[in-house]
Parts: sequence; C-alpha cells; structure tokens
Amino acid sequence: MSDFDFAVIANNLPFLMEGLQLSLWLTFLAMMGGIVLGTLLALMRLSGILPLSLFAATYVNLIRSVPLILVIFWFYFLVPLALGRPIGNFYSALIAFTLFEAAYFSEIIRAGIQSVRKGQAQAGQASGLNYWQIQRYIVLPQAFRNMIPILVTQGIILFQDTSLVFVVSLRDFMTVSSIVARTEGRLVEMYIFAAIVYFVICFAGSLFVRRLQKAKTA
Amino acid sequence: MIEIENLSKWYGDFQVLTDCSTKVAKGEVVVVCGPSGSGKSTLIKCVNGLEPAQKGSILVDGTEVTARGADLTKLRARIGMVFQHFELYPHMTVRENLCLAQQKVLDRSRDEAVAKAETLLNRVGLTQHIDKHPGALSGGQQQRVAISRALAMDPIAMLFDEPTSALDPEMINEVLDVMVELASDGMTMMVVTHEMGFARKVADRVVFMDAGAIVEDRPTEQFFSAPESDRAKDFLSKILNH
Ligand SMILES: Nc1ncnc2c1ncn2[C@@H]1O[C@H](COP(=O)(O)OP(=O)(O)O)[C@@H](O)[C@H]1O
Ligand SMILES: [Mg+2]
Repeated sequence: MSDFDFAVIANNLPFLMEGLQLSLWLTFLAMMGGIVLGTLLALMRLSGILPLSLFAATYVNLIRSVPLILVIFWFYFLVPLALGRPIGNFYSALIAFTLFEAAYFSEIIRAGIQSVRKGQAQAGQASGLNYWQIQRYIVLPQAFRNMIPILVTQGIILFQDTSLVFVVSLRDFMTVSSIVARTEGRLVEMYIFAAIVYFVICFAGSLFVRRLQKAKTA
Repeated sequence: MIEIENLSKWYGDFQVLTDCSTKVAKGEVVVVCGPSGSGKSTLIKCVNGLEPAQKGSILVDGTEVTARGADLTKLRARIGMVFQHFELYPHMTVRENLCLAQQKVLDRSRDEAVAKAETLLNRVGLTQHIDKHPGALSGGQQQRVAISRALAMDPIAMLFDEPTSALDPEMINEVLDVMVELASDGMTMMVVTHEMGFARKVADRVVFMDAGAIVEDRPTEQFFSAPESDRAKDFLSKILNH
C-alpha cells in the first residue's frame, strides 16, 4: 500500500484529459447523430409504407445482430474504400458509432412514439395537419419527453462502449489510461483511477435519469 | 352539407358499420346515440376520413371523402372535431393549442392566429388561462378549450364524439352550454352523445344506432315521443330512467 503513487495521475493529467475529451465528444456526437437517424428509422418503420418499414426493420435487425467492435472495423476499412480516400480514425469511428447506435435509438424512439395516445395524432389529423407536421409538432415532442430517461441510459452505455475505439488506435480515455499505466509502470493506480472516473460519470448520469423519472411521475 | 350513403366498414372480418345512410343539412344539428360499441365513433370518424370505409360514400360540402386521392387534409381543415378525451396537446399552452393549425394549415400570421384565439377563449370565459398548459385546467375547461381550438379554423361543420362523457357531472353543463350557443349560431353539427336533454333542446334529428346499423333516423320530437324500434325504446328507457 505504501508504494501507491497517485502523483502519476497529476503528472499525466493533460494527456488523460485529452482521452476523456475524445470519449465524451464521441459519445455526444454519436448520440446526436444516432437520435436523428434513429428518429428517421422509427418514422420509416411506423410509416405503414412497406418498402420503408421493411428497410428500417432489416437495418435495425441486422445491426443489432453484430457486435459493435465489428462495425467499428468495417467502417475503418470500408469507408476509405468507398470514398477513395482515408477520412481518419475519428470520423470512421464516429460513423460506425452513429450507424450502430441509430439502430438502438430507433427502437427506443419507436416505443416512445407508440406511447403517445393515438387520439393525439387524430386530433392533429382532424385539424388538417399533414403527417410530417403531426410528427414534428405533436407526436415527437411528447415521445421524446417520455423517452429522455431511456435515451440517457443508452447514452451511458454508449459512453462505456467508446472504449472499444482502441481497435482503430484512437486514444480514448481508457486507452490513454492504459498507456500511462504501462509507460509509468503504475498499473494499479491507473486502473483504479480509470474505474473511478467511469463510475463517477455513469453514476451521475443514472442519478440524473432517476431524477427525471421522479419528476415525470410526480 | 354531410351526406352519408350506404356506408359499410369492416375491421378484418368484423363488420362495424352496415349500410348506414343519413344526412346533415346546413345549419342542422343531428344527435347520434346508441349503446356502447354500436359504431357511433366509427361513423363520425368516417365523416372526416379519420377512418376509411370500404363501401358506400360520404359527401361533405360536395367533396367525396371516400374517393381515392381525395384531398383529405384540405377537407379536414374545414371540419372541426371534438373528442371524448379532449386531445389537447399537453406539451403546449392553451394559446399554442389554438394557434398551431391556424398557422400551419391556414397560413395565418401569428398575430391573426393569436387574435382569433383570444376572441374565442373570451367567448367561453377562459381568457385568463391562455398561458396555461391543458394539464392545469379542469376537464370542463379543457373541453371548452378543445371546442375553441376547433372553432379557430372557421369550420363549416363540427363533429362531436361524446364530448361530455369523460367529464365529472358538475362540469357537463358548462360544455353543453357552449354547444347550445354554437347550435343557435347556426353551426352545422353532428353530435354523438347520451345527453338526451341536449338532444331534446337543440337537435333537429336523432339518429339511433345499434350493432353498426342506423336503426332510427327521425325528427327529435318523434324520436322521443314514439320511438319505432324496440331497441330504441329499450335504450331510451334505460338512459332516461337513471
Ligand atoms: N381499430 C379497431 N379494430 C377493431 N375493432 C374496432 C376498432 N375500433 C373499434 N372497433 C370495434 O368496433 C365497434 C364499434 O366501435 P365504436 O365506433 O367505437 O363504438 P361506439 O362509439 O358506438 O361505442 C366496437 O365493437 C369496437 O370494439
Ligand atoms: Mg365511441
């Protein structure tokens, strides 16, 4: 115990923060992209137009049956092939995460849309609003309100999953922690520190979710 | 104004509406009643095309609702509808509830829409609630807001689907009063309701439905004084004797 040296953290703080920043930034962007794309997929799925709903259903089921790490690899190798030029590890990872998360978000959003009473859309219809206006002004705002806790929960999972980007040699928080751990020979300190950081961020997130849920039932 | 002819509708194998025909002339008030599950809501939702029908036709102000490719959004903008459970938008204030379709469907300016909203709310005595969300209002107030929301579109006819049956008894009259006033202003109305007092007072005709069919369709006085069918007699004795 006496030879614990937590100064290693202070000494490498800027490097560690860079990693954390990448993790958070990737989580945030993939979440935004995933929600936008997931909303589109959910609307396609519920549109009642067969080719659209079939496409959305196939996409969602396909993506959900492969591991994330595989999708990250695919896009790392495939995107440069498709575009004819490399786009960088960060962007290929971002695309992979966005497309992957969109499948999960679309299922959450679909349930959210279905949780809005059917009479609400009927009221909009009865007043002459078209399908997109009804979704935009009446259904989606209520659906998202009901969904925020689950979306945040999914965001926490996404944040943890960003640690997989080490496979395309991106330096996320987990990766920089391991680098510091190995180069400084301080494995125990660094892995405890990494665990605490993940715990604090995720726990804060789930406290936030619990407060939202309480606010909703109150 | 509204002409329903030989309308039939199925949910899968189940026939909800069988050969229904009736008319609502301009300025007329027609009350639709009948036991629960008899198809009243379905019939009234066919009028503005919220529910499609498989056979027969509905003409509203000359527009064929049941035709393929009918411009339903345009038609619906001109027919007001009031629901049993109000269906106010809970995430919007009363003002936004009244302005949304005015601005998005009728392309009215914000000022025009707000002015219209204020006038209508004033008429039902709810001006002071304009900034509240529907959840902060009583059921009777919510339904009056819902009626105002429909009227904001300057409809040529109004459809009501059991507008008072979700209300506490002490709030029923404040909503019926608004409807009576509307009728005396000459609004064309088709009203699904079990409020027989209202029917007696303002309805020109009563349509009685049972098991998806229109069993009686007669002038109000005749319907109450001498119902022809046993089913209507039975229905009336049940509803008037408690
Ligand atoms: N979406 C639906 N799918 C299948 N059956 C339905 C649907 N909506 C209504 N029904 C059935 O149609 C019948 C008539 O319903 P409705 O028009 O709501 O009756 P009412 O308004 O007179 O109580 C009922 O038996 C009801 O169960
Ligand atoms: Mg009904």
